[in-house]
Amino acid sequence: MKAFDYQRASSPTHAAAASAKPGARIIAGGTNLLDLMKLQVETPEHLVDINRLPLDKIEETPDGGLRVGAMVRNSDLAADPRVRQHYGVLSRALLAGASAQLRNKATTGGNLLQRTRCYYFYDVTKPCNKREPGSGCSALAGFNRIHAILGASDHCIATHPSDMAVAMRALDATVETVDANGATRDIPIATFHRLPGDTPQIETTLRAGEMITAVTLPPPPPGVQIYRKVRDRASYAFALVSVAAIVDAAGGHIRSARLAFGGLAHKPWRVPAAEQSLADSPANATTFDAASTAVLDRARGYGSNDFKIPLTRRTIHAVLTQATRA
Amino acid sequence: MDENEDTSFQVTRRAMLETATAAAVLTGLPPLARAAGLPDAHTPPAPVRVDLQINGHAQVLTLDPRTTLLDALREHLALTGSKKGCDHGQCGACTVLLDGRRINACLTLAVMHDGQAITTVEGLAGGGSLSPLQAAFVEHDGFQCGYCTSGQLCSATGMLNESRTGMPSYVTEDLTQAHPELTDVEIRERMSGNICRCAAYPNIVAAIRQAAGTPA
Ligand SMILES: Cc1cc2nc3c(=O)[nH]c(=O)nc-3n(C[C@H](O)[C@H](O)[C@H](O)COP(=O)(O)OP(=O)(O)OC[C@H]3O[C@@H](n4cnc5c(N)ncnc54)[C@H](O)[C@@H]3O)c2cc1C
Ligand code: SF4
Ligand code: FES
Ligand code: FES
Repeated sequence: MKAFDYQRASSPTHAAAASAKPGARIIAGGTNLLDLMKLQVETPEHLVDINRLPLDKIEETPDGGLRVGAMVRNSDLAADPRVRQHYGVLSRALLAGASAQLRNKATTGGNLLQRTRCYYFYDVTKPCNKREPGSGCSALAGFNRIHAILGASDHCIATHPSDMAVAMRALDATVETVDANGATRDIPIATFHRLPGDTPQIETTLRAGEMITAVTLPPPPPGVQIYRKVRDRASYAFALVSVAAIVDAAGGHIRSARLAFGGLAHKPWRVPAAEQSLADSPANATTFDAASTAVLDRARGYGSNDFKIPLTRRTIHAVLTQATRA
Repeated sequence: MDENEDTSFQVTRRAMLETATAAAVLTGLPPLARAAGLPDAHTPPAPVRVDLQINGHAQVLTLDPRTTLLDALREHLALTGSKKGCDHGQCGACTVLLDGRRINACLTLAVMHDGQAITTVEGLAGGGSLSPLQAAFVEHDGFQCGYCTSGQLCSATGMLNESRTGMPSYVTEDLTQAHPELTDVEIRERMSGNICRCAAYPNIVAAIRQAAGTPA
């Protein structure tokens, strides 16, 4: 680890101001940042610890939603009775991530901002445009089993590894931030994460010195909620493909459906055309096929991850079958 | 363990590390200081004071801010029960309890926990007798080489607390259930953050099942 100085933030605005300094980084649970600092993938000079800030509450909003503080631990969010009752897809996605020990540390803000698990990003001896802009992408022609099949670019084919963010994407959550001047901003989760384009090092629409204070969930949408994660081992592994589904169906008829995907792209992925094709449709294989085709319309494999295309199709079928079982 | 013993062990170990570092410099090898997370000779950051409550005892440490909680326990307090398997959150050998909740000591900085209470495997037994969970591990042979065992014990202790408060898991069918039953499938999922290279899993599950008081 490179040397850094350490300070404890006294307020969110103070944390935002301190994190605006060049070379500064906020530390929350530390489960991603310290991992990367040990490998010198991240080399902050200043660490701003936000663990003592009072951002650990889950509160009901006037419109019937929930506001989750940035420092709420993943395990506490998953166990909250309101989340278990009304946002099962979120609870399940959180419980599908990492291990119990890690979830006790990992925070809502840190989870959203965790960085890709691309092997070459982690290996400082290999070219990687995300770690070192302009150095090239080792994954393009390398081993890319865990990489993106949608929304990638020739500069980076990394995926976003979060399970939680996929459920939040299906729920249309909003990310709340504060900056050094105390100005706040609401960022819809759909526009929070970015596609790699030719600047894969810029992963979100957060500005320098802007910190996450909370994530707001709108009132729960109607329908059953499912989170299905396909991975190389049954637990304690990242997703190859995951689906957060919210499906309102009865008597073999789908009224509306939302599908968000993990493991496929640089950000949690949704395809409006696929969801439109499911709305007001009979729950059968033809409908599921049409939706899968819409999702995978522009999918492209890079060799070792070609299998993700049929795997996604089959996972969509499995999830929709489960969701529409009478 | 007697606290004086701790200190003398610490001195010995640090002296040994220093000697090793000097030897590495002489032979042109990268200094061990880096691997051990000790100050980089060129830019030593200002040490920080860290107060920790370890297994019920107040401890005051002066640490390089880069020191992980795991290194603080092992290298500075000679509490070598907590193991370093991967140092990256991937194995669970370093599991300790932070204010009663299980965490990976390798992925957190000691300075972040100033004023907090840590329980390590050394603190699980009370008044000279093993905790029921520890006794169950002995009875069921819940280990082979033993390297993962302290992590398993701390993790299972935390897991049983979580289960008592009604925490669900990924395999809990009905998330709205207030107190999901601790079946073997549940135990396995909830303990998946602890890898056992010897694959003592069946006996680990049996030991935990017994300590939880749930039938097979
Ligand atoms: C072995 C292992 C397995 C894992 N498996 C999974 C998995 O299956 N699924 C999954 O989803 N995740 C998994 N994870 C990742 C884990 O979920 C993340 O490490 C965790 O959520 C990060 O949260 P944190 O609070 O520890 O973040 P930190 O490490 O503290 O921070 C991460 C980043 O966010 C920034 N940050 C944190 N909080 C804020 C804030 N409020 N405002 C602005 N910036 C902020 C930090 O500066 C840093 O850049 C795994 C991790 C490990 C080590
Ligand atoms: S996929 Fe992205 S993160 Fe991975 S090597 Fe290429 S540029 Fe780096
Ligand atoms: S040493 Fe901490 S998880 Fe492996
Ligand atoms: S007993 Fe050897 S690693 Fe578990």
